[in-house]
Amino acid sequence: MSNERTGTPLVEMRDISIAFGGIRAVDGVSLDLYPGEVVGLLGHNGAGKSTLIKCLSGAYQADSGEFYVDGEKAEIATPRDSRDLNIETIYQTLALADNLDAASNLFLGREITTPLGFLDDARMESETRKIMARLNPNFKKFKEPVSALSGGQRQSVAIARAVYFNARILIMDEPTAALGVHETEMVAALIKELKAQGLGIFLISHDTREMMDLCDRVAVMKNGQLIGNERVEDVTEDDILSMIIMGKNPKKAA
Amino acid sequence: MTDAPDTSDATTAGTSENVGLFRKFLNSTELDTRLLGMFGALALIWLGFHFYGLIFKGFGAMLTPRNLWNLSVQTSSIGIMATGMVLVIVTRNIDLSVGALVGVTGMTMGILQVEVFPQYLGLGHPMIWVITAACGIMLGATIGAFHGWLIAYRGIPAFIVTLGGLLVWRGSAFLANNGKTISPVDSTFQLLGGGPYGTIGATGSWVVGIGTCIAIVAMLVLGRRKRRAHDFALRPMWGELTVGGLACGMVIGAVLLVNAYPWPKGIVKQFAAANDLIVPEEGLFISHGFAIPVLILLTVGILMTILVNRTRFGRNVFAIGGNPEAAALAGINVKWMTLKIFSLMGALAGLAAVVASARLNSATNALGLLDELYVIAAAVIGGTSLAGGVGTIYGAILGALVMQSLQSGMVLIGFDTSIQQIVVGSVLVFAVYLDNVYRKTAK
Repeated sequence: MSNERTGTPLVEMRDISIAFGGIRAVDGVSLDLYPGEVVGLLGHNGAGKSTLIKCLSGAYQADSGEFYVDGEKAEIATPRDSRDLNIETIYQTLALADNLDAASNLFLGREITTPLGFLDDARMESETRKIMARLNPNFKKFKEPVSALSGGQRQSVAIARAVYFNARILIMDEPTAALGVHETEMVAALIKELKAQGLGIFLISHDTREMMDLCDRVAVMKNGQLIGNERVEDVTEDDILSMIIMGKNPKKAA
Repeated sequence: MTDAPDTSDATTAGTSENVGLFRKFLNSTELDTRLLGMFGALALIWLGFHFYGLIFKGFGAMLTPRNLWNLSVQTSSIGIMATGMVLVIVTRNIDLSVGALVGVTGMTMGILQVEVFPQYLGLGHPMIWVITAACGIMLGATIGAFHGWLIAYRGIPAFIVTLGGLLVWRGSAFLANNGKTISPVDSTFQLLGGGPYGTIGATGSWVVGIGTCIAIVAMLVLGRRKRRAHDFALRPMWGELTVGGLACGMVIGAVLLVNAYPWPKGIVKQFAAANDLIVPEEGLFISHGFAIPVLILLTVGILMTILVNRTRFGRNVFAIGGNPEAAALAGINVKWMTLKIFSLMGALAGLAAVVASARLNSATNALGLLDELYVIAAAVIGGTSLAGGVGTIYGAILGALVMQSLQSGMVLIGFDTSIQQIVVGSVLVFAVYLDNVYRKTAK
């Protein structure tokens, strides 16, 4: 895979910082992502992973730092900016409107309309049926509000939303946290499939083993700072754990 | 939760053996149980008051064309506002200022049409009513937008902004004309409030009724065609026929009802004199037909339903209500939406003021007093959840009708105002309790 890291990165974050009331949640972090690459973000709760990712997805606005997409400087001030750059995010909370059905959630903020400007619900539902048939063939509850769905089904709606709109950069914040073994495997297979299609993926998880398996690179954060950014082949699980816990990169010390 | 697969899965619903006959009926017609419940409550109220009158007063006044016609007119102004309140409550806000908005816009329109416009256009100019109504609606929209701006962009809770608005605009309504009542209003403007002349007559009502029936059938046919085009499950034919039959039946029934209520003798005489008609010995039967304010309410109801169900705006309103954070993450500008929703609410309050002041044939600073409570109650009885994310336009209009039916029923059988208040208050609380129970068991 090393050849894929040549050329322009899909996305490059330079020196990103954001503070909330004096606490530097993200402190001068620089990180990049190449096409067909999965970069894992690791760290304790509160290490700043989700905050960093939310700056990229437009949910938060970074206090300082720059984003480059395909080598060009990009302004990301709102979630819409991020979506316009083909960055799709699956949030830890899933960010679903519980009172709406799967199709409405999938097309939330990007509803398909008829030439007269009215919602084309039938088409949205049929598109939803198509993508769900691919992602989760057992999914049948198309008319129910998503509050009536199981954790796994809700997750698949959130994933479908990110995948449907031809994302080039995918951010997955704990995509398997709420899932059973079988569903976790499905997500892993999906990640591999998307990677093969040339998407760049940022993956946040607490499961170090899963990360070693799925990622090409792991980036470890602690107290808002980037501790290590290493190719998976170059580190052991113990190295990663010590970075997470001690906040020191053994590779650099050596 | 245990029976969830039964109700949800369309493929098993048809085949499942233990589905009750009633459930089967609901599944096939796709009628909302809540809708049926509202009609049930309405029927109960109407029959209850009618028979109470029949038994204890010797005369059932409730189910007469005259009373039901009046009921429809009385419901209009609250109903118009209730459709907007649905959007406000669905997005987890509240608007306590609508009654005061009716007051201030009604007063402003009174001044404009009686004291300002006649100076420039001449008294009784046919354009006065249009310009006046437009000004009132625009004023309402502007004030509503201002409330929305304070709520969305300045972070003041909606409860506080509109509570303040309630006082500010009621006071402004008084100041606008130093508390004096303006009456009468422009003669064309008057028609917007109903009354014998503010109706469309028997023929007009049939045109409206038959047009509505054609629209209902067309919608059912189009819907079926669309479902087939996308290979979705179709309603069984008898289900379609039942729904169409019920809907058209109700429309025809309403037409027959409003046409069964004749003009009073005095009005007929006046009309005959003006049109050189000779009134025969037994009197002339001239039907009221649908009142104009009722048609305004129905038009508002249809437009608001389209807005809510068929446009991006409506979908986003419900998304905000379901999960504001998710809506923002999906790129919906929640603040701008909030401003627009309050502005729409204000515009509807302006329209309600048109109807209310035209019906009274005067503009007073007390116009719309306590309306906010009836409007909120109507929306809530109609199934709008204060927790946000849930509500329907037809529910709110039916809710307004239920409230008004209770009120007018109690007047007919001679309950005191104090008793009326106790009953309406209790019904509101009980309705919300029932709704909670319904939601828990429906899941």
